[in-house]
Amino acid sequence: METTFILNLSYLIGVLTFVFGLRLLGSPDTARKGNMLAAFGMTFSVLVTLFIPMDDAPNNYLWIFTGLMIGGLIGWRTAIKVKMTDMPQLVSILNGLGGACAALLATTELLPYFQGTLEMSNVQLAIGIFALLIGLVSFSGSLLAYGKLQGLIKDSQVKLPKHGIINLVMLFTVLGLGIVLSFFSGPSTMFFIFIGITLIYGFSFVAPIGGADMPVVISLLNSMTGLSAAAAGFIYQSQLMIVGGILVGAAGTILTILMCQAMNRSLLNVIIGGFGSAGGAAIGSDSDGKTAKTISVTDMAIQLFYSQSVVFVPGYGLAVAQAQKTVKELEDLLDKNGVDVKYAIHPVAGRMPGHMNVLLAEANVPYPKLLDMDEANDILPNTDVVVVVGANDVVNPAAEDSPGSSIYGMPVLQVWKAKNVIVLKRSMSPGYAGIQNPLFFNDKTKMLFGDAKHTLSELTKEVKTL
Amino acid sequence: MEQFIAVFNENLFFIYLLIFTIILGFEVISKVPTILHTPLMSGANAISGVVLIGAILLIRTAGSDEYLRLILGLLGIILGTINIVGGFKVTDRMLDMFKKKAK
Repeated sequence: METTFILNLSYLIGVLTFVFGLRLLGSPDTARKGNMLAAFGMTFSVLVTLFIPMDDAPNNYLWIFTGLMIGGLIGWRTAIKVKMTDMPQLVSILNGLGGACAALLATTELLPYFQGTLEMSNVQLAIGIFALLIGLVSFSGSLLAYGKLQGLIKDSQVKLPKHGIINLVMLFTVLGLGIVLSFFSGPSTMFFIFIGITLIYGFSFVAPIGGADMPVVISLLNSMTGLSAAAAGFIYQSQLMIVGGILVGAAGTILTILMCQAMNRSLLNVIIGGFGSAGGAAIGSDSDGKTAKTISVTDMAIQLFYSQSVVFVPGYGLAVAQAQKTVKELEDLLDKNGVDVKYAIHPVAGRMPGHMNVLLAEANVPYPKLLDMDEANDILPNTDVVVVVGANDVVNPAAEDSPGSSIYGMPVLQVWKAKNVIVLKRSMSPGYAGIQNPLFFNDKTKMLFGDAKHTLSELTKEVKTL
Repeated sequence: MEQFIAVFNENLFFIYLLIFTIILGFEVISKVPTILHTPLMSGANAISGVVLIGAILLIRTAGSDEYLRLILGLLGIILGTINIVGGFKVTDRMLDMFKKKAK
């Protein structure tokens, strides 16, 4: 009786640390404390689960401690070593492991039933199957997402013709099998076939999604891992697992919705296929007969140095060129001359939600200088110079004034409202969406071609001479 | 229908827990600002490692000769621990970089 009380009380404390930990993540000032609090609650709950006396339990501590040691060591080393640019990959793989863990638990609990050695109610069975399904899809899907982000697998290698239809068929097969197993049971062979097909479905589900859609997929997989953890919590009647899992599910769901809104696309549209299949033909009429103006490094340095306010708009190209620190160096020089420097960050600027903010924070940019889209759009009309670095679609005015464009309706940074715009870009090639950007031909806009990092360090040198 | 009602009545506590947690989760997480979305995600990842608790219970109650359960449970413990330790540590590393003023 007393041990149950201690266990329940500890889990209650654990739940509270999760909720308040996430609450503290609401501000950069308190976020670190919040994370520590949740980590403390987790450690505490795990310790209590480990050592609470149980009647007639074989305990098998050797097995447990071996697992804890191996897992802890791998986790710690990975977390210390990972580069910030590789965060999307790490989050994907961790996510996949969480899904795999939930799926393993569900398999272990369900297997005796399908082998006929254990009785289970339909509800228990259905929840177990649900945890297994979501966990498996999250696992194999996250593995593929990891492979894509790491550059091990190219989109074209895994994308099949009519992939949307294939996925739909597989989804119905998986759901159908799951329902049959939950409500009418079946032989253990069918259970294993279900596991196999679900794993393949996870791969196939992520296969056609790539490039700039990765933030949506990562968020979605994150929410699925949470749900599978919550469902596994029902199997063990553990409130801590249920609450923890649902909180994660909510986080993933909110981020999925935000990412979809940031691209003005429905989740279904993202899942079925990219812009290519959505018929986003090149609309380049704005550029007809107009040529983009260019600017020299020296002129740009002078213009930046003598303006009052500068806003950088970093895109994924900045991270690819590893130019975050060079931008920061430039910012410091301008800052010394009294130029007000800010960064305008579009929600889908990186490969996962909030990625660009982390990269700039790593380069020591103070977070009050990082503006989200709404804040940035408020100050852009009063900004002297906007510097677009490696971003394209997120600053395309066609999203607002060209109803025929495939990105029409997508919320964008209104950089064309600023007094001057300078675009640093490799070439005139269109962005991910494959559409021409009228911004480049705007009278206020000047282009500076070249590798972002190289251009920025040249600029820094020039500014130093002023 | 009768079965559904029975299930509903039996699990009423869990249904309440489910609904209120969903509402609470959305309330708390929608307050997290855009600049912290990556740490939110990795932190949430760490929390989803809570399945470790299930894996520990699984092994503690498994018979010493039930090798299938022990091996699957061991795998579960390894994966869950990677998730928890890696997730919280990397989140801490990231949050440490968010400073109000530059050095």
